[in-house]
Amino acid sequence: MTEWYGYLKMILDGAAVTAELTIMGSALALLMAFVAGLGRIAPWSPVRWLSSIYIEFFRGTSIFVQLFWVYFVLPFAGITLSPLLAGVLALGLNVGAYGAEVVRGAILAVPRDQSEASVALNFTRFQRMWYVILPQAVPLMLPTFGNNAIELLKATAVVSLISLTDMTFQAQVVRSQTGSTLFPFITILILYFIMALAISASVRGLERRMTRGLDGVR
Amino acid sequence: MEWDWAFVAKIMPTLLEGLKLTVLITILSAFVAAGLGLVLAIAKRSRNGWIAKPTAMLIEFIRGTPLLVQLYFIFFVLPDVGIVLPPLVAGVIGMGLHYATYTAEVYRAGIENVPKGQWEAARATNLTVPQTWIHVVIPQALPPMIPALANYLIAMFKETPLLSAITVLELMNQAKSVANSNYRYIEPMTLVGAFFLVMSLLSVILLRWLERRYGRLAK
Repeated sequence: MTEWYGYLKMILDGAAVTAELTIMGSALALLMAFVAGLGRIAPWSPVRWLSSIYIEFFRGTSIFVQLFWVYFVLPFAGITLSPLLAGVLALGLNVGAYGAEVVRGAILAVPRDQSEASVALNFTRFQRMWYVILPQAVPLMLPTFGNNAIELLKATAVVSLISLTDMTFQAQVVRSQTGSTLFPFITILILYFIMALAISASVRGLERRMTRGLDGVR
Repeated sequence: MEWDWAFVAKIMPTLLEGLKLTVLITILSAFVAAGLGLVLAIAKRSRNGWIAKPTAMLIEFIRGTPLLVQLYFIFFVLPDVGIVLPPLVAGVIGMGLHYATYTAEVYRAGIENVPKGQWEAARATNLTVPQTWIHVVIPQALPPMIPALANYLIAMFKETPLLSAITVLELMNQAKSVANSNYRYIEPMTLVGAFFLVMSLLSVILLRWLERRYGRLAK
């Protein structure tokens, strides 16, 4: 029984790495989503093109291929990243590309008269975005962002293949050390599921908070 | 290290071999996902709570856990209870099952998209239940589902490299093995990326066409 406790602790150590990756990756993804999403609707065409290329590229190839490329090919160009950094970079850039489309869609979904009214009130472009459009657009983005964060959590399992000691990697170590297959894999499946539930619960909570007072608008 | 075209020419046949298997896996998994998704969608709609509730929970669970771990589960745990599957079969079942939970959602949205009045009209004109489904509901529900299903087909295609983790020799695994034996990573990895990018860009064009042809599914 005591040895199982040790193996469980190994898996929980891995769970911490998975959580760390998910949080850091989501932060980068959120940043990239807004940068590229706003870029797609920017009034300057080079910015629009750059954003489109970024989005199509990262949506067009899988996270797995991107991760391997970052980890194995970049070192030959003189850029060596630690597995954690490579993981965060690949996950954040990949999910950010999906998020960018969400940001663009939500901003375009805010009725046009809102934007016209703020022009009539002599708001600057920044004020229009920050005080009028985004407060209405962000609640629209939240549910899809929640799904994207869960996709990111699921994608973190792939980093185990570039020798990062996340939950999936630790489960494989436990499997090879004990020969037991059911215990490690059931444990991590449940842990992943709990983390996914935690993400969707917190996104729902956030959504409730942000839509408070918006009843008349939506 | 520089890009070497001679090396590219040398490894191309191996990579194309992998690409062929990747496409085959995608098609096989698509059939599993389409069929199993329909079963899940019907089970979730069941009036019997003992069927509907566990199905809904199963769908939630599969969608909330990584495909890679599910593949490991099928590949490593099932042999312990006497079910030994070849890697390719395990991969197709794993991927098909994972994406069945997504296609089930598409079927559900497609069916709910058919206005209630259509059901009532079918009932009023005395159509039987199979007649209602075959002549009224399915012809209206199916076209908007096509682009959504095609979307998941593309997603599946991009996920096939995960099968390399359970020793299936698809595109990614072929690239890794030639890269490891020659210790040249730039060409194989970049080519894999390029293959996927080209295939996805082509399929995005197809998807846009499907959306124009059949319309979008309202969420």
